[in-house]
Amino acid sequence: MLQTNLDENSNIQIKPLGDSAILVQFGSVINREVHLKVKAFTDEMEAHSFAGFIECVPAFTSVTIFYNPVHVYEKYKKQGEYVHLSEKEQSPYSIVYSIIKEKLKELKEVKEVKHRVVDIPVCYGGEFGPDLEAVAEYHHLSAMEVIQIHSKSEYLVYIIGFAPGFPYLGGMSEKIATPRHHSPRLSIPSGSVGIAGMQTGVYPISTPGGWQIIGRTPVDLFYPKENPPSLLRSGDIVKFKPISLEEYKRHKEKIL
Amino acid sequence: MSIKVNNPGLLTSIQDLGRYGFQKYGVVVSGAMDVNSLRIANLLVGNQEGEAALEITLMGASFLVEEDLLISVTGGDLSPAIGQESLPLWRPVYVRKGSVLRFPACRSGCRAYMSVAGGFAIEDVMKSKSTYLRGKIGGYRGRALKTADTLSCNKMPKRAIRLLQQLKKRAGSYSFATVNWYVSSESFVNISKSPEIRVLRGGEFDRFTSSSQRQFFEQDFRISPKSDRMGYRIEGPSLQTEGSFDLISEAVSNGTIQVPKDGNPIILLADRQTTGGYPKIAQVATVDLPLLAQVKPGERIRFKEITRNEAEQLYLEQERQMKQLSAGLLLKET
Repeated sequence: MLQTNLDENSNIQIKPLGDSAILVQFGSVINREVHLKVKAFTDEMEAHSFAGFIECVPAFTSVTIFYNPVHVYEKYKKQGEYVHLSEKEQSPYSIVYSIIKEKLKELKEVKEVKHRVVDIPVCYGGEFGPDLEAVAEYHHLSAMEVIQIHSKSEYLVYIIGFAPGFPYLGGMSEKIATPRHHSPRLSIPSGSVGIAGMQTGVYPISTPGGWQIIGRTPVDLFYPKENPPSLLRSGDIVKFKPISLEEYKRHKEKIL
Repeated sequence: MSIKVNNPGLLTSIQDLGRYGFQKYGVVVSGAMDVNSLRIANLLVGNQEGEAALEITLMGASFLVEEDLLISVTGGDLSPAIGQESLPLWRPVYVRKGSVLRFPACRSGCRAYMSVAGGFAIEDVMKSKSTYLRGKIGGYRGRALKTADTLSCNKMPKRAIRLLQQLKKRAGSYSFATVNWYVSSESFVNISKSPEIRVLRGGEFDRFTSSSQRQFFEQDFRISPKSDRMGYRIEGPSLQTEGSFDLISEAVSNGTIQVPKDGNPIILLADRQTTGGYPKIAQVATVDLPLLAQVKPGERIRFKEITRNEAEQLYLEQERQMKQLSAGLLLKET
């Protein structure tokens, strides 16, 4: 079980992003501990939001909350809350700041963070993974060893960004870390699983890219007509499961 | 009821107030660049302010109106005309079936908004009708409009039908007719040449050299031709941070001004990515985003610093005025 302690005084910084958003920063390095705080806080904000709340955007070490200043102001002014703030301080930002401070206080006790575990089937090598052999050669490994190493780890989804549904995954073994191609390919098919330096990821939509492509998943990562539109979300644990070409095809047919 | 695209011009797309609530899945917000003009265009024809409308860029667009319509055009003045007659902006207009509405040249501003009473019949994708061009999501088939596209319109609300009938009578044999009042737009988007854009200090303002900090506010910046809905690249003094440092990607917002290592700032706009890792020197005040959206490539801007509190007060005041306008329009007769 993963647990985190959201101690109010543990280096949490709160600052404005313009006049309609606020950034809560939980640390200055990317690691699982900071991520757990990000996740716990995001979950709490979404479960118990406030009038004027628009959305949370969790990132590696921070959560940004977007809000509608008018809704915040009208609602809390009307209720006469936050009267401890002086007249001058009763701005939308100060109100949201106070709400967040209180939230952090409530979250002070050790909080259990629930992770979803998502299996992603991958057909490695062949036409789906044109760079598998090159990655293996680079590390003096066999293709099978690369597959074993890549599919053995549990990966943490730090954030979804860059493209709709695109996960930034942490936790790949250094043994298969491989630099990007010098010049990017013009189009990488959606579902492609790649390696770039210490990172691994899956392309939700077809796009140009310089990653070393080692396989492909038959699973869709992004489906704009559904809610949520993304297979993965920040805080998920991803496991890659090697499948055969036949299984890949069967899976594709099932979807269609 | 429908409108046929004779010519999409430089860029015409369906936009509303944006796709919020999905940024955590990497989904870009999009939406109108000048939200105030879009909101007013909608209010003028009796729509909800966030209804989807056409965002028409700079010049060249032309549409065939296939049924009698009640429309309004707001935002930049792209010299809209039917035949030889100029179509007035910032008011509801009746347009006769068979008319061709053209936007031949840009007189002021950069983007016009055209809404139709009832709105366009466009499906929601993730709760919004906005087109995210790069992601091919939303709007009309996930893309900018092309010649020969046909946009269907929804049924008009009763109030709009009444106004349309009155104006149709007034039009007689002319192609269009309008009311004898208009919305004065200055308090919502005061389009001007080389405007002053009010900004707040960005999260990393203090990391910039003192001369970069000074130059940012003292010198003009020119909007680069490489600007689009995703962001404005601006050219001026090169801005440098005190030593180089790596920033961990975090959320960015509409109007975030970030500075890559080459020193040339980028103002992130409607189609911005959800997160960014460059130092942020400033953030455009929400009230000045519509104004900025109406500055075209090649034109100059200058930044003026205001406090967060001032930005908030300006925004609250603007929204009070928008509310008044909305209530006032409900009472208006021709």
